[in-house]
Amino acid sequence: MGEVLVVTSGKGGVGKTTTTANLGTSLAMSGNKVALVDADIGLRNLDVVMGLENRIVYDLVDVVEGFCRLKQALIKDKRMESLYLLPAAQTKDKTAVTPDQMRGLCQELRGEFDFVLIDSPAGIEQGFRNAVAGADKAIIVTTPEVAAVRDADRIIGLLEAANMRSPHLIINRMRPSMVRRGDMMDIEDMLEILAVDLLGVVPEDEQIVISTNRGEPAVLSHSSKAGEAYRDITRRLQGEVVPIQPLALDGGIFQRLRKIMGFGQN
Amino acid sequence: MKGVEDLLDLINRVFGRETPSKEVAKERLRLVLVHDRSSVSPQFLQSLREDLLLVISRYMDIDDRDMDVNLTTTENQVALVANIPVKRLKRFSNA
Ligand SMILES: Nc1ncnc2c1ncn2[C@@H]1O[C@H](COP(=O)(O)OP(=O)(O)OP(=O)(O)O)[C@@H](O)[C@H]1O
Ligand SMILES: [Mg+2]
Repeated sequence: MGEVLVVTSGKGGVGKTTTTANLGTSLAMSGNKVALVDADIGLRNLDVVMGLENRIVYDLVDVVEGFCRLKQALIKDKRMESLYLLPAAQTKDKTAVTPDQMRGLCQELRGEFDFVLIDSPAGIEQGFRNAVAGADKAIIVTTPEVAAVRDADRIIGLLEAANMRSPHLIINRMRPSMVRRGDMMDIEDMLEILAVDLLGVVPEDEQIVISTNRGEPAVLSHSSKAGEAYRDITRRLQGEVVPIQPLALDGGIFQRLRKIMGFGQN
Repeated sequence: MKGVEDLLDLINRVFGRETPSKEVAKERLRLVLVHDRSSVSPQFLQSLREDLLLVISRYMDIDDRDMDVNLTTTENQVALVANIPVKRLKRFSNA
């Protein structure tokens, strides 16, 4: 039986789709059978980030309404043999699906896949409720900004009320140089405020934009810092203990000094 | 806590610096979350009320119908205000 994880945030644009695409690809790279579900009905994006937009025939709404079988709607990834995408419907809205239907869908998917990742829409309305309905665990994405952390807190409260305890946090778009200057909240600051488990920290990285332009998730590139962070998160999702490398991300001053002076790694 | 902010400001003025913006962010976040969290749900207050009743009843008889427990928010602080009429104190022995 596979595990169903929902990637959610409250605030829009913090990196849910980017995270879903990268973790899905990376989980598949490590040999898992993975299904990505785009639950952002009416605003589908995951297909584009994955570079699969030209292969869509059926979508999630077609499946839950019985117009096609699940197998027919699942699109196989270009690169990974064991990675599939269930795209969102583009012409319908969030009310086209109910939480019960999502639970049923997740149940069916979990029988076939090791990991099911659901890309949630922003907000706390029905789209969000649909996305979390069938999930075992939630991954909350935030950025180091007041509004994003505030919304993450709200989501954590809503998940708790729905009996989904201990969500995992991913802090995205960290800029170590700004943290060092005191102009960006640090990991500890956010963990203290939100009191949840940290799953990983992803740096701000131009490679994300470039890889999204190409429709190839950044984890595929070994020169991407964000890709590296997503690979670490993937190992954590599989139960490995991988230390967080916070300020080393863009080479802190001590890091650089140590390197210059030839002391040991890290 | 207004005090912390003032203190930070003071220290920074002494050293001729502005408060690092992350400290401002943290403080604003802290305040906004106390407000957000305090308006979560009536169940939250109800369950707090019941637990309070349980503990207080060990020490005194109280009139739970007239018991009033609420969170009040002012600009920079949230307080738990409870008004609980006492009917009778119990005899207390520290044996
Ligand atoms: N670590 C990063 N470094 C640089 N850019 C990033 C990073 N993470 C995300 N972005 C960019 O931020 C934008 C929003 O990301 P994304 O679409 O993944 O967010 P989202 O949470 O899914 O948004 P929505 O709420 O609209 O669904 C994208 O343009 C993406 O390329
Ligand atoms: Mg998205």
